[in-house]
Amino acid sequence: MNPLRIAKFEIHSPLIVGTGKYASYEIMQQALEASGCQVVTVAVRRERLIDKQGRSILDFLDLTKYIILPNTAGCFTAEDAIRVALLGRDLLEKQKNPGANWVKLEVLGDKKTLLPDPVGSLEATRELVKEGFNVLCYTSDDPIAARRIKEAGAASVMPAGSPIGSGQGILNPLNISLCLETLKEGDANYPVIVDAGVGTASDVAIAMELGADGVLLNTGIAHAKDPVKMAGGMRMAIEAGRLSFESGRIAKKRYATASSPFDGIISYIPGE
Amino acid sequence: MRIKVNGQESELADGTDIHSILAAHQLTPDKVAVELNRRLVRSDKYDTKLKEGDQLEIVPFVGGG
Repeated sequence: MNPLRIAKFEIHSPLIVGTGKYASYEIMQQALEASGCQVVTVAVRRERLIDKQGRSILDFLDLTKYIILPNTAGCFTAEDAIRVALLGRDLLEKQKNPGANWVKLEVLGDKKTLLPDPVGSLEATRELVKEGFNVLCYTSDDPIAARRIKEAGAASVMPAGSPIGSGQGILNPLNISLCLETLKEGDANYPVIVDAGVGTASDVAIAMELGADGVLLNTGIAHAKDPVKMAGGMRMAIEAGRLSFESGRIAKKRYATASSPFDGIISYIPGE
Repeated sequence: MRIKVNGQESELADGTDIHSILAAHQLTPDKVAVELNRRLVRSDKYDTKLKEGDQLEIVPFVGGG
């Protein structure tokens, strides 16, 4: 498969996997391995100063293998998202992980739905681009919002399939398709990554068949009954979807067209 | 002096610097980022002495999507 290109990065797997919600760090490691991903997302949170168990997620991520993409999850204002992005960059610089200038930007509008705040997302994108970040911006599946975010300088736009963690898959394939169309107009290689709501392997394949350059997911793997097996399925699905997209599928037809010839048929055909 | 560290009030000796706070909590400077009064502090400034009313955030990476 062709690599996924975002800013200066060439990423060999279009599947980006989150590191949250696993039952254990060990299961997380195995799932990431099974997924074949190269980029993993992480969040930035307060250190527990009391009852510190002393384990850091960095102890469980092989940084020679994975590139860390910090997120601004849990931020409901542009100001907070910018603060968190700056903290994430500082942490990456200390780790000398190649992704030091990129961030998965989330500016949320609502605690229940975790849908993005379109205004905050745009403001934060503009500000972070000025600060030199490569912004991968989580957004809704509204093609106009997606276009605005690209115009604001985002390195990648990431439309949601459905609410974060909801497992509902791609609820509006038409809108995702329209997002792809508008974002790639005159710019076929602009990276578009479907993020949020992916529940199962077929959702990943569907995203790729629509023409997405990648898929980002966390809960769909972490909360599957067998996260490692699901991660393996997702890995196959992302390839299957990409191959299918590149192959030029058949059109959908109203009526049947037989797969075996009518010439030389020995049977009785009704109506003839 | 009274300062807030990760949302919790703390009574500390005047002139305590960021380095000392990290050491007191056995934190590796390489695995955390620090914010003082909502502004990022780079590690070359961890010798900054804190003042009454300062708010410090000490944040590592954690799992997330």
